[in-house]
Amino acid sequence: MNFKLKDIVPQLITVTAVVLVFGFFTYNAQINMENRGIDFGYGFLSQESSFDVQFSLIEYDGSHSYFRAYLVGLLNTILVSVIGIIIATILGVIVGVARLSPNYLINKFAAFYVEFFRNIPLLLQIFFWYFAALRALPLPQDAEAIFGVFFLTIKGLYVPAFIWQNFSVFFYSIVAAIIAIIVIRMHAKRVQENQGKQIPVFLISIGLIFILPLLSFLIGGVGISFEVPVLKQLATTSFIYEGGVSLPPELIALTLSLSLYTATFIAECVRAGIQGVGKGQKEAAASIGLTPNQVLKLVIMPQALRIIIPPTTNQYLNLTKNSSLAAAIAYPDLVLVFAGTALMQTGKAIEIVSITMFTYLTLSISISLLMNWYNKKIAIQEK
Amino acid sequence: MFKYLKQLTSLVAMVAVLFTFTTESMAAKKSKTLKNTQKKGFVRCGVSQGLPGFSNADAAGNWTGIDVDVCRAVAAAVLGDANKVKFTPLSAKERFTALTSGEIDILSRNTTWTLSRDADIGLTFVGVNFYDGQGFMVRKSSGITSTSQFKDGISACTNIGTTTELNMRDFFNSKGIKYEPVAFEKADEVVAAYDAGRCDTYTTDKSGLAAQRTKMSNPDEHIVLPETVSKEPLGPVVRQGDSVWEDIVRWSLNTMIEAEEYGITSANADMMKTSDNPAIKRLVGAEGELGAAFGLDNDWSLRIIKQVGNYGESYKRNIADTGILPDRGPNELWTKGGILYVPPAR
Repeated sequence: MNFKLKDIVPQLITVTAVVLVFGFFTYNAQINMENRGIDFGYGFLSQESSFDVQFSLIEYDGSHSYFRAYLVGLLNTILVSVIGIIIATILGVIVGVARLSPNYLINKFAAFYVEFFRNIPLLLQIFFWYFAALRALPLPQDAEAIFGVFFLTIKGLYVPAFIWQNFSVFFYSIVAAIIAIIVIRMHAKRVQENQGKQIPVFLISIGLIFILPLLSFLIGGVGISFEVPVLKQLATTSFIYEGGVSLPPELIALTLSLSLYTATFIAECVRAGIQGVGKGQKEAAASIGLTPNQVLKLVIMPQALRIIIPPTTNQYLNLTKNSSLAAAIAYPDLVLVFAGTALMQTGKAIEIVSITMFTYLTLSISISLLMNWYNKKIAIQEK
Repeated sequence: MFKYLKQLTSLVAMVAVLFTFTTESMAAKKSKTLKNTQKKGFVRCGVSQGLPGFSNADAAGNWTGIDVDVCRAVAAAVLGDANKVKFTPLSAKERFTALTSGEIDILSRNTTWTLSRDADIGLTFVGVNFYDGQGFMVRKSSGITSTSQFKDGISACTNIGTTTELNMRDFFNSKGIKYEPVAFEKADEVVAAYDAGRCDTYTTDKSGLAAQRTKMSNPDEHIVLPETVSKEPLGPVVRQGDSVWEDIVRWSLNTMIEAEEYGITSANADMMKTSDNPAIKRLVGAEGELGAAFGLDNDWSLRIIKQVGNYGESYKRNIADTGILPDRGPNELWTKGGILYVPPAR
């Protein structure tokens, strides 16, 4: 009995303290808002927002609700985070491996990149890519076409739009290829475990992912055509491109700075992971006759990943949270659209900030859960 | 438990009041903001992050502008020294929260008076110190001379969290023009992006356009289009719920405008004490007991005029002489064809 009491009392005190502190703040906020005649409520979410947003993944204009504006901001945040995470991971792995390269030039260049980009505050880098790099870009009418169809201008990157015929056939051919690859992999694993024979899974996969969609073009009736952006004059010296897809410079600058910055940290995680695998592992693997490729794939990487994943998860979370700096350069992310414009137009500070905080929390926890699941999957499994 | 806490605090406060035997007037006792300001010894004033003519800090950190002068007038009235102001630069997004949360006591930051702001979010607008309207700026080289030449696909740079964003939508929608809004958090970034060529037009209040034009790399390359697309009465704001403080700020501003009407300037204010006109005598504290209603002495308005000057002096010093808007337009006195008209101080 005594033992239990000792366990429970500190916890009870903690819980009471937390409840009291929160209660005090809530009570205080309530009194203050009452005194100043501010209503509390989430009813505003269904009201008409009456402001437009520059860039949106879903259909939106000012006649939609504040909730829709919230979704627009959220999707833009997710978009920049996902692209940023993909680029940062690819770049990070390359630079991390390059830092271990015996080639002096590659090695030092990678080290310079890491030291340079991780030691400059991110906000400055965003400003640099947006304002300094933007100023260097040509006006739409002066832009040289890249490959004849891409136009990189101060007003954005204009790329051709795909116009598909029978897109669903193409889509299903890719799905079919992916399913086939999974089946072949499982089969190959079984064959290796039972007979010790190896099937070149990688080559077969590459072949499948190319051949099936190609077949859909040849016999499935899938067609593709491009809509190339065309220059349009607005006024004497003012031009834009019409048609195609335009990527705003805000998105490009933000993605670029976020991925260049985060890649330096991921590179360090990768380097630490590879160096963390004992030298003896490599030597032992080589001594039983594995090729250098197999050593890396079957012995080093599986062990290195266990060291790499947890700190890399942190970097993914950082990138997602850092994307909120978008507000500084007019990229309409959650903070700019919802915690910025919507907050100002409604004055619902507590409601909007709490929703925004809760949203970032949910995003971060989702990434964490996903990465933890992956981490568990690659952890040592005792058989 | 919290009920008792509240009663306990009021009890302590009451006891404190009883035992200090202050000679403060009823008004001062009623106004928490006035009391706190006098205790602190400075007026806490929220201004912009740099808008020439309205509120702008020089290299040495001295703030000037007609919005700044409103706060200085209040400081002169309440504390006797127009320099006893602590300025807090705020973005459009932060400004109302800073005021309602009590971080500042006056928001004098080219803020448009609208119904929803006045009624909804715990604010009270006390008057108008600049009548403005939204306009558009374009490059001269674009050949655009009127908003009727705007075409589909035009990109417009502006600030977030302002009435500008809403007016812009109303304007382009009514004209049936598709546009790309590019909204930044800070005015400096809007200017930088527009100046770099990111946007075809820059839209905000016309006074703001005129002021920001001076910050461009080459001001002569840009023009403000003649059309005005909205009403933007700009003025100081206070927290809702302290009517004495509200009155002090309102009448500090009114004093400046009325002083101009009666020709009282910072130079001749002392001499005006012997004027024959009772309205002038009241304004310089030589007649009546106007200050008593706010819990201030009788020289409060004289100090405003002597230390800050009348509205005309403030406008000339900050907006006309700096070349921002030499023509006063609607911001001229009603007696001279403008719409500046304040209730009488009596």
